[in-house]
Amino acid sequence: MKAAGPNNSRTSSDMLQKRRRSETAQWEARAPAFAALGDQTRLALVARLSSGQPYSISQLTRGSRLSRQAITKHLRVLERAGIVRSVRTGRESRFEFDPRPLADMQDYLTRVSQQWDQALSRLKAFVEK
Amino acid sequence: MNDVIEKRIELNAPVSRVWSALTDYRQFGEWFRVKLDGPFVPGEVSTGHMTYPGYEHLKWEAVVQKMEPERYFSYTWHPYGVDPKRDYSKETPTLVEFTLEKSGAGTLLVLKESGFEKVPADRRLEAFRMNEGGWTEQLKNIERYVAKAA
Repeated sequence: MKAAGPNNSRTSSDMLQKRRRSETAQWEARAPAFAALGDQTRLALVARLSSGQPYSISQLTRGSRLSRQAITKHLRVLERAGIVRSVRTGRESRFEFDPRPLADMQDYLTRVSQQWDQALSRLKAFVEK
Repeated sequence: MNDVIEKRIELNAPVSRVWSALTDYRQFGEWFRVKLDGPFVPGEVSTGHMTYPGYEHLKWEAVVQKMEPERYFSYTWHPYGVDPKRDYSKETPTLVEFTLEKSGAGTLLVLKESGFEKVPADRRLEAFRMNEGGWTEQLKNIERYVAKAA
């Protein structure tokens, strides 16, 4: 990769610092979500719910070694972290995955933005060679 | 909320050189890392597939909007490539605009991408896939692991 010219070095380092600060803020904002996922049972529940389909507690308990109460407890932890939300249909609660705390808009933009930084630096190398 | 990405970059190459790197489909493909099926034509769909290592399964699909020689080039697309299994027809694409301006012996290129407010939350999660260890991939791994262990 070509090194940035002297005219660009200041701007690039400013941009880098700005990006680092905003990344740190984003990781901090997501910390509760990550903490909630720091458990194998909850990760497995999220993996199942990430298909996008809502599941009832009975469905999630079926095929699990855990009791209905234990599954409910884990779901509540995930709900507090904002990763899953419960939707009531009739007498039954169903749980669905909410990807927002893990992939909020700002984070998405940062990633798209990084893709452009990389693409534009490849363009620079391409036209200047 | 700030939902526009804007980048300005000084390129040590004449405007005509930058223009061809942006609008000649073969040259665009080289730096963007995409293999395009044919030339860019305003109002027409541009198709191809990504050549970025690890993402070759993603399709490229964009609609060329405007081409004003050596000044302005724009297209709409769905950022992060296209998952062949997903239907994007109901989703609003984002607009990508390249503006060129002579700057000394070189070129000032301004890139703008806008329209992100319409991107649905679960699509935003796909962005993680473009990063190593992305969440979607991780969740799939966990799913596989859990399925095996059950």
